[in-house]
Amino acid sequence: MSAPTTARGIAAEVRSGARRAVDVVEEHLVRIEAHEGDVHAFNLVLADAARAQAAAIDEAVAAGRPPGPLAGVPVALKDNLCTRGIPTTCSSRILEGWKPPYDATVVQRLAAAGAVFVGKTNLDEFAMGSSTENSAFGPTANPHDLSRVPGGSSGGSAAAVAAGFAPLALGSDTGGSIRQPAALCGVVGAKPTYGLVSRYGLVAFASSLDQIGPFALDVADAALLLDVLAGPDRRDSTCLAETAPSASARLGEGVDGLRIGVVRELADAEGLSAEVRGRLTEAADALSAAGAKVAEVSIPAAVYGLSAYYLIAPAEASSNLARYDGVRYGLRAGRAAGTGDDPADVSAMYTQTRSAGFGAEVKRRIMLGTYALSAGYYDAYYGKAQQVRTLMVRDFEAAYRDFDVLLAPTAPGTAFELGAKTADPLTMYLNDVCTIPSNLVGHPAMSVPFGGGSDGLPLGVQVLAPALGEAVMFQVAAALEACAPPVPVSPMRGGSR
Amino acid sequence: MTTGEARTDWETVIGLEVHCELRTQTKLFCACRNSFGEEPNTNICPVCLGLPGSLPVLNRTAVEYAMRIGTALHCRIQASQFHRKNYFYPDMPKDYQISQYDVPINADGWLDLPSGQRVGIVRAHLEEDTGKTTHMGGGGRIHDAAHSLVDYNRSGVPLVEIVSAPDMRSAEEARAYVDELRAILVATGASDGKMEEGSLRVDANVSVRRRGETAFGTRCEIKNMNSLRSLGRAIDYEAARQIALIEAGGAVTQETRHWDENAGRTGSMRSKEEAYDYRYFPEPDLVPVDPSPEWIAAVAAELPRLPAERRAALAAASGLPGDSEAVATVVRLGLDDLVEAAAASTATASVAVRRVANEVASDPEAAARLDRVAFARLVAMEAGGELTSAQARTVLKAIMDEGGDPAAVAAQLGFEAMDSGDLDRVVDEVIAGSPDEWARFCAGEEKLQGLFIGAIKKATEGKADLKAASTLLRARRGG
Ligand SMILES: [Zn+2]
Repeated sequence: MSAPTTARGIAAEVRSGARRAVDVVEEHLVRIEAHEGDVHAFNLVLADAARAQAAAIDEAVAAGRPPGPLAGVPVALKDNLCTRGIPTTCSSRILEGWKPPYDATVVQRLAAAGAVFVGKTNLDEFAMGSSTENSAFGPTANPHDLSRVPGGSSGGSAAAVAAGFAPLALGSDTGGSIRQPAALCGVVGAKPTYGLVSRYGLVAFASSLDQIGPFALDVADAALLLDVLAGPDRRDSTCLAETAPSASARLGEGVDGLRIGVVRELADAEGLSAEVRGRLTEAADALSAAGAKVAEVSIPAAVYGLSAYYLIAPAEASSNLARYDGVRYGLRAGRAAGTGDDPADVSAMYTQTRSAGFGAEVKRRIMLGTYALSAGYYDAYYGKAQQVRTLMVRDFEAAYRDFDVLLAPTAPGTAFELGAKTADPLTMYLNDVCTIPSNLVGHPAMSVPFGGGSDGLPLGVQVLAPALGEAVMFQVAAALEACAPPVPVSPMRGGSR
Repeated sequence: MTTGEARTDWETVIGLEVHCELRTQTKLFCACRNSFGEEPNTNICPVCLGLPGSLPVLNRTAVEYAMRIGTALHCRIQASQFHRKNYFYPDMPKDYQISQYDVPINADGWLDLPSGQRVGIVRAHLEEDTGKTTHMGGGGRIHDAAHSLVDYNRSGVPLVEIVSAPDMRSAEEARAYVDELRAILVATGASDGKMEEGSLRVDANVSVRRRGETAFGTRCEIKNMNSLRSLGRAIDYEAARQIALIEAGGAVTQETRHWDENAGRTGSMRSKEEAYDYRYFPEPDLVPVDPSPEWIAAVAAELPRLPAERRAALAAASGLPGDSEAVATVVRLGLDDLVEAAAASTATASVAVRRVANEVASDPEAAARLDRVAFARLVAMEAGGELTSAQARTVLKAIMDEGGDPAAVAAQLGFEAMDSGDLDRVVDEVIAGSPDEWARFCAGEEKLQGLFIGAIKKATEGKADLKAASTLLRARRGG
């Protein structure tokens, strides 16, 4: 392939008129047509709408109007982001037939930046999972090996980028749902500082943890996409009022003199493969060789992260998902919906609708969360988990007095076989042990591909930064990318296995 | 069971929870209009419908109105947080209500009733209203309805819930409290206080105990009273029910009870065991509200005068008692300015209070049109004896209906003030016409004065100053 595949390259050529946006989108639709049947990255491919958007970009270029920083760049949207008039399913039966009457803020910003939406990507139902197997519409396969999971919950988005269906994609990250699939699919994925990107139009899983972030083929593309997404939004009260420095500001500056800490508790976390540990050490050594001062650092409270997360996230989810009751939109159980008898009364309607509409993992978390918030248990569970959060913030702040960024593994290993962990939720939950702390403290973190495992599948290393430290985080990520061992490329993007 | 009967051996303990809709332009968390009486489901948006992905954004004016209420109720205004109150109900689009829980914006205040009694205010917090469900078929209640219709226009309308301490001891006190609270809410401009339209909704916590006991009895929460009258009836009924229950050897169960206006009784809605576990937790979609000291001070500085203060001012100006019905009426209707415009002296002020409370108050629309200067002139004429009170009322009615200058209207109506010589002559004629009655009056039969006054009024076609006539009668009798 001679034409540029990065978003930067595509946008530059489209802006200059060297390449038409309609041709760019067609190339990607051809690849989707060829491989989507195997990968199942999408719940919905927006072929016609994408062609129309691309044509509008070409018109803008021809008319001399500025087409935006993402001119003609195909972008895949996780299917928990609201798109006006286009089904938004969260990969759940319960939202069957629902078309949002509005666009998410990030969708508006991307459209204004000239992006072209190629489809809505598959996810674990309501973003609850680490393998994209908890989808009501079937799992997504890892483009590097179709027998493996792509990670999750943003597995469809990660797979779409890895398969070359789009150079960019949006995901949401509540406990690692961008970073873990990015690592497993060999792409870059970043969770920004909580509040840097508006959540308006992101269907909530756990409101105090959810953040929207970019997937890209390289660090510079991820920074470009994040810069388009970031910024204040009056419609989200938790969105920060200040504008952070550009994520692209310090790309290419290297790491000379930067202080980088390797988080001991995460490097030694339960269930990590030896290969993952090995790659983390390699990454630390490479950064050290590039001039950074690398040392070990301790975040003692990090060991409680998983436990705290599995109280807070389900608690908020139990409340956020209460609205799916069959009254106003989506599924209403009954004969017309093909879910048995019509409910006898309103209480039966709730029970039948929610029983039929939610999958097992969603039900499990609603029950966990309801229990954690119940009278008499609140202090012992939800209250205690919030205290852990406070402790963890304190530990991270202490670490950032001595270090500019921190280093940790992203996922415990390479992509696992489809079905390997579905029988045991706790093993599945361990996938997020290294990513969860950043969500609990609201700090940014990103996964950068760093070579592969002995199975030929990609591996990632995680860079963590203090709140609004995106510029230095991307700076280090770019340096890591530059010194990384060869990263496996999926066969759909021309790689070989 | 008898109701409304005063039981001297028992004491009723009442605390009230008042929900008051704020009159903001827009809803609490979205830009939809805050209006009443529109076509169902036309005034809605993704936020107040709780659509997936939507987020609430707090209305600053609603916070300010809540602060006004807190200031008027002498509360501590504090940094506060919103919580989610989780329970399933079809008219609640998110199946949780955004409310305040452990840290309300207003806490620990008080309200003085016109009688001087002080009622504690525990809290006055902000929350969102729900939609409205209409149950079709069955008994109009959710469990036996054939189907239900939901209107979400009201969903997200800002409410302040004002929780009193259990400081009231009778239905009458409870009514006086709601009446005074309503006057305060209207005065602050935060609410229109219309109980019948549902912009003011009152729930009552009622318990009883034997007089002299210090511990509270088990309470029941009574809902669905939509007027002051039904509030009073419901409290009396409920207190009598609880007393009868205890006296028969039973015990009161803590529960929520529904007032049935037509049947005149309360019925069980749900017991404590069936009570919802609301699973409150801090609302993660909103940041804490932390009003600055400057903002709190500005709200206090801009707060209009409150009813108690206005009643005191009117009483001082007019010499009438502060808890008199006339003074209370003027303040309740917000017609203080009319009185003040006419209150050149104590005499004019007291005449003005009476005219406003009796005549002007009966026609609020005309009251709003009434020319302040003309009213002041009329009051001066009556206070100065140029018009009798009967004539003044007639002239007032005329200028309320059609405007005009009171002197000109009086002249047109032929209301020339009688001079004292004319009145002397009429008094003598009336006495001469009823010699027997006059003798009995002179012998001390006081009630006969009415007969003579009536005759004088008739003879002068109502033009006589009856106060002067009564003075003359007594002078003739010799005291
Ligand atoms: Zn609205």
